[in-house]
Amino acid sequence: MAEEQVVFERPKTLTTKPTHYCPGCAHGIVHRLVAESIDELGKDGDAVGVAPVGCSVLAYDYFSCDMIEAAHGRAPSVATAVKRVHPENLVFSYQGDGDLASIGMAETVHAATRGENITVIFYNNAIYGMTGGQMAPTTLPNQVTQTSPYGRNTKEAGYPVRICELLATLDGVAYAERVTIDKPSSVRKAKKAIKKAFEYQMEGRGYTIVEIVGTCPTNWGMTPKDAIGWLEENMLPYYPLGVYRDCVEEGFETAAEAALARAKDVPIVTGGVA
Amino acid sequence: MAQRELSIVLSGFGGQGLLFAGKVIAQAGLLEDRHVSWLPSYGPEMRGGTASCSVVLSDEPVGSPLVTAPNVLIAMNQPSIDKFIGEVESGGLVLADSSMIQDMPTRDDVTIHTVPATNLAYENGFKTLANIILTGKLFAETEFCEKQTLLDAVAKCVPPKKQELLEPNLKALELGMSL
Amino acid sequence: MGEKVLMKGNEALAAAAVRAGCRFYFGYPITPQTELAAYMSKIMPKVGGTFLQAESEISAINMLYGAAAAGARAMTSSSSPGVSLKGEGISYMAGADLPGVIVNVERGGPGLGSIQPSQQDYWQATRAMGHGDFFQIVYAPNTVQEMADMIFTAFEKADEYLTPVMILADGLLGQMMEPVELPDEIGELPEKPWATTGTKGKREHNIANSLYLQSNELEAKLLERAKRYEIILDKEQQSEGFMLDDAEIVLVAFGASSRIARSAVVKAREEGIKVGLLRPITLWPFPAKALEATLGTAKAYLSVEMNMGQMVDDVRLVVGKDVPVEHFGRTGGIIPTPDEVLEAIRSLNAKVGE
Repeated sequence: MAEEQVVFERPKTLTTKPTHYCPGCAHGIVHRLVAESIDELGKDGDAVGVAPVGCSVLAYDYFSCDMIEAAHGRAPSVATAVKRVHPENLVFSYQGDGDLASIGMAETVHAATRGENITVIFYNNAIYGMTGGQMAPTTLPNQVTQTSPYGRNTKEAGYPVRICELLATLDGVAYAERVTIDKPSSVRKAKKAIKKAFEYQMEGRGYTIVEIVGTCPTNWGMTPKDAIGWLEENMLPYYPLGVYRDCVEEGFETAAEAALARAKDVPIVTGGVA
Repeated sequence: MAQRELSIVLSGFGGQGLLFAGKVIAQAGLLEDRHVSWLPSYGPEMRGGTASCSVVLSDEPVGSPLVTAPNVLIAMNQPSIDKFIGEVESGGLVLADSSMIQDMPTRDDVTIHTVPATNLAYENGFKTLANIILTGKLFAETEFCEKQTLLDAVAKCVPPKKQELLEPNLKALELGMSL
Repeated sequence: MGEKVLMKGNEALAAAAVRAGCRFYFGYPITPQTELAAYMSKIMPKVGGTFLQAESEISAINMLYGAAAAGARAMTSSSSPGVSLKGEGISYMAGADLPGVIVNVERGGPGLGSIQPSQQDYWQATRAMGHGDFFQIVYAPNTVQEMADMIFTAFEKADEYLTPVMILADGLLGQMMEPVELPDEIGELPEKPWATTGTKGKREHNIANSLYLQSNELEAKLLERAKRYEIILDKEQQSEGFMLDDAEIVLVAFGASSRIARSAVVKAREEGIKVGLLRPITLWPFPAKALEATLGTAKAYLSVEMNMGQMVDDVRLVVGKDVPVEHFGRTGGIIPTPDEVLEAIRSLNAKVGE
């Protein structure tokens, strides 16, 4: 008899609780990638997650590490304080587009520019899911939602926000990458990015964010398969994948070092460092 | 006869050191274990505008720290004397810096002393201490505490990092006391 | 205990907070509480603590939420308009049973109002600090010494009852200097086994959360919390009486206005009016028991406040309809004078005397 071998199992950092996510939703995949990364880094006992308001509001039931449920958009502020109190812990927030890029934009930008040593997992599916499919800050021009029933009119509603591009300009950011989950190779890349972000955090390099371009078949009104197709056709050209910031690739140990180099001609910034 | 119950308004331009002078007076009260309060006016006038503070020294707990009917007014500019002289209690005391005040208003029912404090400060080489000269004059007129207490209070209020200012402060105080 | 020093109320409160074990302060600049934040920014680095100037009041209160969840003694402070913004986070703290201290150095309102002292946030602090059924314990100091002492108590009670606690001060108490003796440094802080500190592989995960999608679960949680509120109402009422033994006219005043009311009581007594003062030290729980105890002699009540009449509602709730309850107030940043209050006492006395 062949010896039994475990080739696939539930990560330690996920609980056994079945998720409430709709069929075809990619939150489940992303949860798993986060949990696997924490497991592999051996940080399951030191991880503290901050859940948002939105579809992943119940993430605190799905991750088996300590969890905090934050007010809408405030996860970066909550995570900031949690990390300041216990700098040795691995602290992450898990946020959607409405939470992160609309009501929580100030918290997002300022946590990033302070260089808070936290990791933000950002699921961008261009729509408010939990409330039933309203226009999000990342909803594409002409995309139909419940509150843009004739398509997002940029004259009225303005333009979507490209978060990785925006945050990459900030000195506190050590790592910003946009990934997706449309096929197995993309999922593997997404996992690498999440794990790298966690590693950077534990190495004290600065603020890290991984944006996952995902789907919302239910509120997009598509089958999961069609939703993937729509994502590849529309989302990915608008939100190009790739690394937007990596201080190590740029030749610096930390975001702080890179910031100092950028300001090397400013006496008040460089004074006393020499 | 010493006057120990004081409700003082100190007023002048921001930067003339009236808040500091008020603190010295309050500190003297504290050193003699009396009830004291010190309350600044606060607002957008951080520099140059009129700044005032209220100081109360009493043997009873201080009710309102905001002095609306002072028995002592120390005024260091024209707007201040104009604004507050009418509020001084009948029988009260007014100390006015005549170097800074052109038109001295009059009142028959209060004692008014004009002191060219700012000029005196310049002449004696401690140009920023007109406030302390007037504090010395307040002591000369009221003896609101023991003399040594007031000297100790100045020493307490001069920050440790600015100890070089202690001696001129004490000299300015003595000068005011001698007026 | 140390020596008595002259300190501003804002600074004394900040210094005492550090001695109470507070090592995390989150704030945002606003007059008239600025000295508090400035003091914290100086002292926190020296005691191994964290001072963080947040991008907004909203962010600051949510940092307090996070620090509290992580088990730290933490606080934030602001002034009226900023405290309104904090309402969101305070509701979440109450909903997640998280301890923390919020200081409101009140100024005039509504809107931007003024930067002068007021007591216009009584209703907000005691009734409507945020959405949902919840209360916070509210302390109202009236001296710089009490600014220092009450922040100590506030941290203890927050941890004891797992609730946000507010110090409701005003611009007068924050800005004034008085002699103060700072409390001694606290020894051990209480254990917080519920905190989200990381499981360290030794326990089930802790969750800080205020969401209950099942209505019956939320109701059960609210009922459980209401039981705690009952205990607070029973055990935590605090007040101070002044000349109440034979008082026919009872003034009720808290914070800065209680100092002025006290001066007015002394003056009115000199005129032979039998008047006394009940000073609520806790605004929630309101000191109903102490107020009830004055019913034996009282012919009328006068609530003296720096607002249009807010606490007077609580006085009426206790006193009922048989005894007249009036309000005297100055508002918009005006501090009443003892003579104005004296005049109000005289006219009330003329009405109900005989």
